[in-house]
Amino acid sequence: MPSNVRSTARTAWVAVRATAVFTLVLGLGYTGLITGVGALALPAQANGSLIEVDGEPVGSSLIGQSFTDADGAALPEYFQSRPSAAGDGYDGGASSGSNLGPENEDLIAAIGDRQAAISELDGVPADGIPADAVTASGSGLDPHISPEYARLQVPRVAAARGMSEDEVGRLVDEHTVGRDLGVIGSPVVNVLELNLALDGLEG
Amino acid sequence: MEVWFGIAQVAILVVVLALVHRPLGDWMARVFTSAHDTRVERGLYRVVGVDPRAEQTWTVYLRSVLVFSAVGVLALYLLQRTQQFLPYALGLPAVPEGLAFNTAISFVTNTNWQSYSPELTMGYTVQLAGLMVQNFVSAAVGLAVAVALVRGFARRRTGTLGNFWVDVNRAVWRLLLPLSIVSALVLLAGGVVQNFAGFTEVTTIAGQTQTIPGGPVASQEAIKLLGTNGGGFYNVNSAHPFEDPTAWTSLVEVVLLLVIPFSLPRTFGRMVGDVRQGYVILGVMGVLWIAGVAATMAFELQGAGTAPELAGGALEGKEARFGIPLSAIFAASTTGTSTGAVNAMHDSFTAFGGMVPLINMMLGEVAPGGVGSGLYGILVLAVIAVFIAGLLVGRTPEYLGKKIGPREIKLASLYILVTPAIVLAGTALSFAIPGVRADVESTSIWNPGVHGLSEVVYAFTSAANNNGSAFAGLTANTPWFNTALGVAMLLGRFLPIVLVLALAGSLAKQDAVPATAGTLPTHRPLYAGLLTGVAVIVTALTYFPVLALGPLAEGLS
Repeated sequence: MPSNVRSTARTAWVAVRATAVFTLVLGLGYTGLITGVGALALPAQANGSLIEVDGEPVGSSLIGQSFTDADGAALPEYFQSRPSAAGDGYDGGASSGSNLGPENEDLIAAIGDRQAAISELDGVPADGIPADAVTASGSGLDPHISPEYARLQVPRVAAARGMSEDEVGRLVDEHTVGRDLGVIGSPVVNVLELNLALDGLEG
Repeated sequence: MEVWFGIAQVAILVVVLALVHRPLGDWMARVFTSAHDTRVERGLYRVVGVDPRAEQTWTVYLRSVLVFSAVGVLALYLLQRTQQFLPYALGLPAVPEGLAFNTAISFVTNTNWQSYSPELTMGYTVQLAGLMVQNFVSAAVGLAVAVALVRGFARRRTGTLGNFWVDVNRAVWRLLLPLSIVSALVLLAGGVVQNFAGFTEVTTIAGQTQTIPGGPVASQEAIKLLGTNGGGFYNVNSAHPFEDPTAWTSLVEVVLLLVIPFSLPRTFGRMVGDVRQGYVILGVMGVLWIAGVAATMAFELQGAGTAPELAGGALEGKEARFGIPLSAIFAASTTGTSTGAVNAMHDSFTAFGGMVPLINMMLGEVAPGGVGSGLYGILVLAVIAVFIAGLLVGRTPEYLGKKIGPREIKLASLYILVTPAIVLAGTALSFAIPGVRADVESTSIWNPGVHGLSEVVYAFTSAANNNGSAFAGLTANTPWFNTALGVAMLLGRFLPIVLVLALAGSLAKQDAVPATAGTLPTHRPLYAGLLTGVAVIVTALTYFPVLALGPLAEGLS
């Protein structure tokens, strides 16, 4: 056997053993360590920040939901989430953005349709609707809306529930979260948590 | 108004990185120069069968890199192909051949391009025993090659560059693993999940059923960013609330993906015995990074284009909790490094806002670049800059006391030609081969018109530069893209590594030449400006035509 073939074979054997060691220690050991610490010290986060009502999980505070009927029509008594491109909408098994570009005709048409739908549902002019209300998020699972879109929905939700706008508006304010450290990210409202509070079911 | 919050977030990043880069850079210099092996390491070297004191010439070092990577590709391919027999496969079948080929290369080359949707394709065993392990070791390989090049500059009249196996092991055990453990716990506390629960069905308050995914995410998330890998546990990567739950975790993720690349210039300065040389490199990286961040943020806040103007802001594909500035910071940082993770969908960015990440990759990812690959990339440019200065003002081409002769300049020139050749050839072939063109246009391209061309250019730029981000509307899980992008990733990773190690070997052999009046000082702002100019001009000359056909045409029409 020529010597360079022999030394390459020897190197390959070293590489195989090194790969095995890395797989065991990193793949199993490190993952196991983090999983163990998570289960013991941070179980709520490790398991997906699930929200339970009467002992049954109804969702995750980090994963958005649709608040629509079986036909996909908005339920007026609930604050509505952003449009979603994940599966048929907020499918946690198929996260996705729309990936439509800025000049895409389908996207332009969809934005127009969404503005018209919100304009009708909430009785507001179509040109003042916040951008997050008519655009799909990156994940398709965005749990938040902007405080502006939440406030826009207050009169409709209040009317549908027979509550005063002040009462509903106060709940929105309570569920508005500012920027982290005052500057990081954007102010948001968690839609599921807000709707649960409305139902008086805050878990 | 929004722009001030953007500036404040950039300021936080700058302060954190400025505080961390010195201690981390010094630590890395110690890791790679220390003569001491820990007892655990000595045991590992015995098990693996290497002599940690054995020095390697550049050819032996290169052979170790290539063989280790080949074994990695093979192992990852086999794991995917036997997925149905593995525990925690979540009922998923074996990964198909073409996709398994593409994915194995993708993760071993530190690219982490994903032609697939992980939720629907990869079980937990493949993720953690296959993909995550390569997240660690591909980053360690990049570090090893960078360190070998630095030794080439630092050493005098020697034929050797160190020992690859020692460098890789130290990179993993002394650097990446401890940093990953700490980072994973921070992300876990912020809400990133870590479980083996599979998919959980819940009934929502509106009476519908919803699937909540699980998975050992936090552990993989940490090294995904620290190793500038970027392969998401879920389809939408760091836009997914379980990978990146809050605005502050997203800023932490940006820190993680920038921290090693921005600390390596310090390591370089230490190892060549002149920290000022490191500051010049750091300065160039920093200026290019800031420029990319500022441009992306400005274009996205401006929100030009029919759809963003109709909606009242460029929020398509962006998460409410991050907002536009943080999405722009993430996009520019992930493409300035070789990470490719995303917290917003680049395909939906404005024409110019999406062009800046593309240009960041075209720069060769030196702002600040991937773990290791950023440093060796910019050092090659530094060699070119010295040579150009020699031509322009008649200085002797020397860098760090090493003569830049015909052999060195040939290797450096080949290095900067390899990646553009792959990008442009791959893009051209996608449209030049009639059968392929029909398939690309009917199956793969998602957005019609010039934006569709941008999707293909972005894909090859991302693959050849080992970035991994995408204009993700492109359907890449086709025979053409799985094969062509697989080859692009392979060549884009290993041809430059061959050239870098050859350069390192040739430099290490030289004695140091004393600086004379004719030597161009490379620790001054003048040289930093020259190096920045070289990086920008080389990129502009190479890529302007294709940019004009894609994003420029879209943004200006």
